[in-house]
Amino acid sequence: MIRTQEYNLNFGPQHPSTHGVFRIVLTLDGERVVKAEPICGYLHRGVEKLAEARTYTQVIPYTDRLDYLAAMLQNWGYVMAVEKLMQVEVPERAEYMRVICGELSRLASHLIAIGTYSLDIGAFTGFLLAFRERETTMDLLEELTGSRMTLSYARIGGVADDAPEGWLDKVDKFMDQMPACIDEYDGLITGNEIFQARTMQIGVLKPETAINYSISGPSLRGSGVDYDLRKAKPYSVYDRFDFEVPLGTNGDCFDRFDCRMKEMRQIVRIVKQAIEQIREIDGPVRGKVPKVIKPPAGDAYAEIETSKGIIGYYVVSDGSPKPYRVHVRRPSFINLGYLDEMLRGYLVADVVAILGSLDIMLGEVDC
Amino acid sequence: MIEKATALVEELSKKFDYVEVNEQSTVIIPADKLLEFMQALRDDYGMDFLTNETAADYPSENKFEVIYNISSIEKGFTIMVKTSVDRDNPELPSVFPIWGGANWQEREIYDLMGIVFTGHPNLVRILMPYDYEGHPLRKDFQWKGGRE
Repeated sequence: MIRTQEYNLNFGPQHPSTHGVFRIVLTLDGERVVKAEPICGYLHRGVEKLAEARTYTQVIPYTDRLDYLAAMLQNWGYVMAVEKLMQVEVPERAEYMRVICGELSRLASHLIAIGTYSLDIGAFTGFLLAFRERETTMDLLEELTGSRMTLSYARIGGVADDAPEGWLDKVDKFMDQMPACIDEYDGLITGNEIFQARTMQIGVLKPETAINYSISGPSLRGSGVDYDLRKAKPYSVYDRFDFEVPLGTNGDCFDRFDCRMKEMRQIVRIVKQAIEQIREIDGPVRGKVPKVIKPPAGDAYAEIETSKGIIGYYVVSDGSPKPYRVHVRRPSFINLGYLDEMLRGYLVADVVAILGSLDIMLGEVDC
Repeated sequence: MIEKATALVEELSKKFDYVEVNEQSTVIIPADKLLEFMQALRDDYGMDFLTNETAADYPSENKFEVIYNISSIEKGFTIMVKTSVDRDNPELPSVFPIWGGANWQEREIYDLMGIVFTGHPNLVRILMPYDYEGHPLRKDFQWKGGRE
């Protein structure tokens, strides 16, 4: 047998397939990974500390910048925790606006996830196609909120404003076109033989390991664990919609990718139903909330399902207009906790495939 | 079988005499019983998913509070468990052997709050540089700059 020597290779921090600024120190034996040490923190801004010096409403724009690809879902998690603390009731119409805007955000995020993932694997056209529909989503969100990515649309007790005239029709029309687009991605990426060869049986995550390591979102469901907060403990008005939770079987890179793909079809179903139901509902989009928000002393934890997994906010109030402590449970951060073991034994080329299949967002990892 | 968070909290307060429950149904346990209690929670009550682990600093009471939010995948509910640790000697056993999800979360708490988790396999800084001094999320941390 030939004796080989192990060596270290820096993967990142400036590498496009890390989707941000993220470093993995790989210990390699030839081309096989022996050990991987993920190093993060390059984008650490101290959002949790900054929040302690801002009023409750001023924290909302900071949450945008965690996962800026699905900003609405980040806003939503935060305001839900404050609402729980204050025991505020949110008007029905506002809940529907949150669902529609939140699902559009999720769609935009999934489109990026599948687009950049096909780019990671080497299929450039998939990336361009996904960005085409993402642009439409961005335009719709811009018309509603005035911003493409940092939406800051949720408010404590409701949403910023009602939909402009004709906006719901535009969303409805876009949702009619979407299934054909997803068929197109399926044909081009999912059904591609090279893509399948690069992702199937790679980075296999067993369901019990995924649960033990608190992995959430499509990365958990790809392993066949049926845990989507929208179904498991429906928040907002999610119990009024008829939709399915797509699950994988093998827990490999392909299943995680495929879960996102199938989830997009469910997004279309949810948004179509939400638009149909919101037309019947009139009323305000902001609940009765005092001008200066001073929740009673105490703490609350609220969590929702985002495109990456479970985002949770823990908020402590001491009765003053500024939060005493805000903690964000970031799915991207916790999903990386098992990366070392996940990469071991695979080739360097698979590192890109495995990291991409987890769909991390570095703004959220480093907080 | 226990189907609701409130029912589980009630059952826990009956079973373990050191468990306290506050008005928000938060379970409060002493730090020296932490591992024993968490092990029972996972093995006997099926709370298999450590959603969130974090800490908060209370200098006026000279303590850190460590907060665990634990869910059951099967039944879909979450309970909050809290424990306190002395601010002068912040040491707590790691729950990593019970839930692997504590891996990075405990590193983050150690980094930003300065609580040492004994038994954690790799307790090093995760967000701040390795040679950084101090723990930024502590209330007595002096930051430079800022608007004020």
